[in-house]
Amino acid sequence: MDKATVIELRHITKRFGKVVANRDVSMDVKRGEILSVLGENGCGKTTLMNMLAGIYYPDEGEIIIGGEEAIIQSPKDAFRYNIGMIHQHFKLIDVFTAAENIVLGTGEGEKYDIKEAKTRISEMSEKYGFHIDLDKKIHEMSVSEKQTVEIIKVLYRGADVLILDEPTAVLTPQEIRRLFDVLRAMRQDGKSVLIITHKLNEVMEISDRVAVLRKGEHIATVNTAETNEKELADMMVGQKVSLNIDRPLPENTALRLAVEGLTLTGPEGNLVLDNVSFDAYSGEILGIAGIAGSGQRELLESIAGLHHLDSGSVTYYNPKKDKPITFFHKSFERVMELANEGMLRYADGRDFDGRDEDGKHLSRKTIKSLVEKGEIFFKDDEVINLREKTPLQIKELGVRFSFVPEDRLGMGLVGNMDIVDNMMLRSYRRGHSVFVDRKTPEDLANEIIESLQVVTPGTHTAVRKLSGGNVQKVLVGREIAAGPKVLMAAYPVRGLDINSSYLIYNLLTEQKKNGVAVIFVGEDLDVLLSLCDRIMVVAGGKVTGMVDARTAEKDEIGLLMTKTNTVTE
Amino acid sequence: MENQQTKQAQVKKEPFFRLVKRDTLPIGTVVLIYAIAIVGSLLVSSLICSAFSDKNPLQFFASLFGGAFGSSRRIWLLLQDTALLLGVAVALVPAFKMKFWNLGGNGQILVSCLAAVACMYYLGGKIPEFLLIILMTLVSILAGAIWGVLPAIFKALFNTNESLFTLMLNYIASGLVAMFITIWVKSGSGVLYPLPNGHFPELFGNKYLLTIIVFFVLAALMFVYLKYTKQGYEISVVGDSPNTAKYIGIDVKKVIIRTMIISGALCGVVGLFVAGSIEHTVSTASANNMGFTAIMATWLAAFNPLIMMGTCGFITFVDKGMVEVRSAFGFTNDSIANIVIGLVYFCVIACSFFITYRVVLRKPLFKLGKNKTEGEGEV
Amino acid sequence: MTVFLVSAISIATVLLYGCVGEIITEKAGHLNLGIPGIMCMGTAGGCLGTSLYMSVAHENPSWLLLILISLVFAFLFAAALGGVYALLTVTLRCNQNITGLAITIFGSGATDFLMSFVDRTHFDPAGKLFSSALPFAESLGDFGAIVFGHGAFVYLAIAVALVCAFVLNKTRVGLHLRAVGESPATADAAGINVTAYKYVAILIGSGIAGLGGFYYIMDYIKGSWENAGIIEAFGWLAIALVIFVLWKPHLGILGAFLFGGCYIVAFVLANVTSTQKEIIKMLPYVITIVVLIVTSIFDNKENQPPASLGLPYFREDR
Repeated sequence: MDKATVIELRHITKRFGKVVANRDVSMDVKRGEILSVLGENGCGKTTLMNMLAGIYYPDEGEIIIGGEEAIIQSPKDAFRYNIGMIHQHFKLIDVFTAAENIVLGTGEGEKYDIKEAKTRISEMSEKYGFHIDLDKKIHEMSVSEKQTVEIIKVLYRGADVLILDEPTAVLTPQEIRRLFDVLRAMRQDGKSVLIITHKLNEVMEISDRVAVLRKGEHIATVNTAETNEKELADMMVGQKVSLNIDRPLPENTALRLAVEGLTLTGPEGNLVLDNVSFDAYSGEILGIAGIAGSGQRELLESIAGLHHLDSGSVTYYNPKKDKPITFFHKSFERVMELANEGMLRYADGRDFDGRDEDGKHLSRKTIKSLVEKGEIFFKDDEVINLREKTPLQIKELGVRFSFVPEDRLGMGLVGNMDIVDNMMLRSYRRGHSVFVDRKTPEDLANEIIESLQVVTPGTHTAVRKLSGGNVQKVLVGREIAAGPKVLMAAYPVRGLDINSSYLIYNLLTEQKKNGVAVIFVGEDLDVLLSLCDRIMVVAGGKVTGMVDARTAEKDEIGLLMTKTNTVTE
Repeated sequence: MENQQTKQAQVKKEPFFRLVKRDTLPIGTVVLIYAIAIVGSLLVSSLICSAFSDKNPLQFFASLFGGAFGSSRRIWLLLQDTALLLGVAVALVPAFKMKFWNLGGNGQILVSCLAAVACMYYLGGKIPEFLLIILMTLVSILAGAIWGVLPAIFKALFNTNESLFTLMLNYIASGLVAMFITIWVKSGSGVLYPLPNGHFPELFGNKYLLTIIVFFVLAALMFVYLKYTKQGYEISVVGDSPNTAKYIGIDVKKVIIRTMIISGALCGVVGLFVAGSIEHTVSTASANNMGFTAIMATWLAAFNPLIMMGTCGFITFVDKGMVEVRSAFGFTNDSIANIVIGLVYFCVIACSFFITYRVVLRKPLFKLGKNKTEGEGEV
Repeated sequence: MTVFLVSAISIATVLLYGCVGEIITEKAGHLNLGIPGIMCMGTAGGCLGTSLYMSVAHENPSWLLLILISLVFAFLFAAALGGVYALLTVTLRCNQNITGLAITIFGSGATDFLMSFVDRTHFDPAGKLFSSALPFAESLGDFGAIVFGHGAFVYLAIAVALVCAFVLNKTRVGLHLRAVGESPATADAAGINVTAYKYVAILIGSGIAGLGGFYYIMDYIKGSWENAGIIEAFGWLAIALVIFVLWKPHLGILGAFLFGGCYIVAFVLANVTSTQKEIIKMLPYVITIVVLIVTSIFDNKENQPPASLGLPYFREDR
């Protein structure tokens, strides 16, 4: 325990505008140890580490290295202090080879000799046990290969302190094991390793000490041997949070969405979805669990009509039997289509096919008034094939999908527009006027701000200026206000505080009670297990299991999540 | 700057200054920053001009204003040229709002001007005047729209780089003009003299008024189009976030093509007026580089057609005023105007930096403990 | 035919300087639409240098001194305007397209203005000196005229293009520069001084481009001057050429020759009407559009513009 201190942080504070990311943080790093930096999403652990790596500069406080105050203004300075960071989003150049990426920025003043550099890299790889093709271009590599390149890159620069930002988030268990072996080899070599993580089991497995951060503040640093997962979790979340989500049993379930054999090739030519089939029922929450990047995003986007599928079908069952058809979700053309398919009838049971008794076509006006008076009914439930339909076509078919995408500001909302204009995204087409109606969305915006407690200066604030949680509330609020029959949400609580998260869970449950088929993609297994009714597990673009959320065990799901990821072996 | 003094970093010092993104500035401050930039750049220009002549800087401003507002004819010309430039800016603004870099305003003006003059040349005197004017209008708008939609189609289908495509179309348009002049002007002088037919009517006996009214009205309509119509809303969504547009089912390709038809057609209206109301002829210089100048005007106005009335007016004011400065100061060519306008642009462009970022100076060398604001200078 | 090839090579030289200069700035992630103005500015600088030197040494000018002085002047003037562009787009992070257009407007205006002060009395002998061929060129007939019959600036252009290709692909500086253009955040994280690389690339690129305009006025048209318009047009064509050669300086040599040929063929062909000449003059622009379309259809990862082209870099952005 009496290892020398390598780095000491004293009273570090960092602000972004009005947001305080780190407040008065003091901690230390010792030589030859693996230190976990533990905390929830958004607790400031990455920001703190970025200040050691020279990405950010602290507003207050100081960093002491070797007994002196260190000024780390740039990654270059960080390297001078032998600190190297492996970011979560790899900082690699796609069109360069592995070797080119590794030597990038090094050896100023020396002769540029890539061959000699490769020899040095190979020697190092042997020492720590890496396997890598140095002439491979980054854009041809798997995630784990890219991570290896990043680690070699940092070691090549002679780093003694390595910071890894959530290194295991994208790896398979085998890859994680190999990574941990490498890290242990480094510790043996006298290097200090900092791992940013929020996974308790990994903390317990790999680290010597754990520094816990909460809401930007340093709570404590403890020896791993003297603590346990529960204690860490308590420190991490502040108070004991037993996930107490109200979960009523599904009622009146009916098949709403059937996905059959969905297969999709990604931009890199690999299969991102491989023969995915499942059903979603009204009145239940279907959870989707899996390691990030296992195809969850593509699955939801495919259902929403954003991808060209290789094969498979998506079928929507609209419970319309004996209900009147309206123009609220159906266009005139769609009504005529249904009439021609023999799907419609008059109130008295006669077939309605858009013609009178003599077989002559009824006028548009007559048909319109018949529908508007509610005199035309569906004979049966409507079955709609959504394969190869664009989002607009899906909407025009009268399918009521709501979709909360993973990338809120990149896809769900327009960052530069205000809340009102973002409310309009779904509804602006309504009506025949060439002008947009801003009155209704304004009311909706006010309603959502009030009911979901969105913190904003007003309805005319650009959404990009709101904090992550408030952005999410605006998006979820809008999607629910659209009155969906199917609600798909990808990581809807990512980056949200506990209260906001619960608000979202309750909203989803409420939708389920209203008979909506909810599809929830999550990353926290505890949440999935206490919120959902069924959980589908995906791994590597394949469905590896479907479990009952009320009876399933966590480790059972964990196993399924990693089932097929042996291809990179 | 963040990494200029890495060598000194070993010395115990904080960075000399750092950049921080600001929250939104109040509109008054923004206007003030721009005003300072404009006045500052004009002051510098006045010093430059007086340095190259025996006049003093005050005379620079006297000539500048005299040149723009010195007589009623000058004021009318100022308004007319402002209106033309505004017309181009109005044409470009939907494209830029969609983040479609239409650098082809010059070409779109030229082809439409050429199309109108072609009507005047071939049909002038053979059909009634009003019919000729209607025909000119249709043909030139069509020509502008075609020139605008070509790059849009390829952008929509293959994501072909539009700024370079439109740029090349400028030169092709100019080549077409040169080519037709060789056909029309048998003497080989390369100059087509003003044609007698197809002149637009004077309004209340004023030959400038029609142009002025048309383009100011178009600017107002464009404001309404962008802000209050469904199509205008779609343009904003496509420009700000193409993925969101896809997600909510906007046909991005259709919007790109439709918007560029509008943009090109409106450039066509400018070309039409150049041919029908002002020059009555065409040359490779007929666009008067308005396609580029208008880009500055739209950008400075933050893509707001109402503010564009002001920015176009200002640019034209400098342009007109400099003609007088030039003759008063005895400069032999009109390049001085471009220098002054260039300087104004530089200063105004630089403003965007001060509006977006805040410079935090290093704290004084003596330590003030953890006092937050003490010693933080702001520029 | 000889006349055609010699002229085509001359025009190609103008374009090659502009193209290589633009490639260097684009490799640093900056789409510099100010290159036409910068080429004009280089012309003004070079002419000023020539005029200053010739006014001192008009009796017996030294070939080497004349070339060196005018070259330095042309380079520095162009680089100075490039410096304004760099200040605005790198340090002040202004919009690159807008800044570039302003630079072009300013550059062509300033050039016309400066040229009205330049004493051109000795430009004729200076022009002859510039275009003086290698001594043995004449003895080799047509072949000599085509290959060795040019002034020093032609060979310099080819050398610059080849050196540029070598530096970009085979040296550490080139690796770092490409990294800055592909992903400044990555380069920054790797300890590369992004700001310095951007500045140096823009300054050198602008300086090189400036030589092109000067070469045209001094060597090709022997010092006669009308206005900056023609050089500006070459500038836009040079930007087109960058795309045509897929950001590869060594391909730029061939591409420039092709463009130069298209440009000049209209002037040297006998028995064509002036109308046909105008049509032929449009060809380079049409070809560029075709290339633009074709490369965008065959979307290939290796032949794309630098990934961060046109985007400002601010480290603390999040």
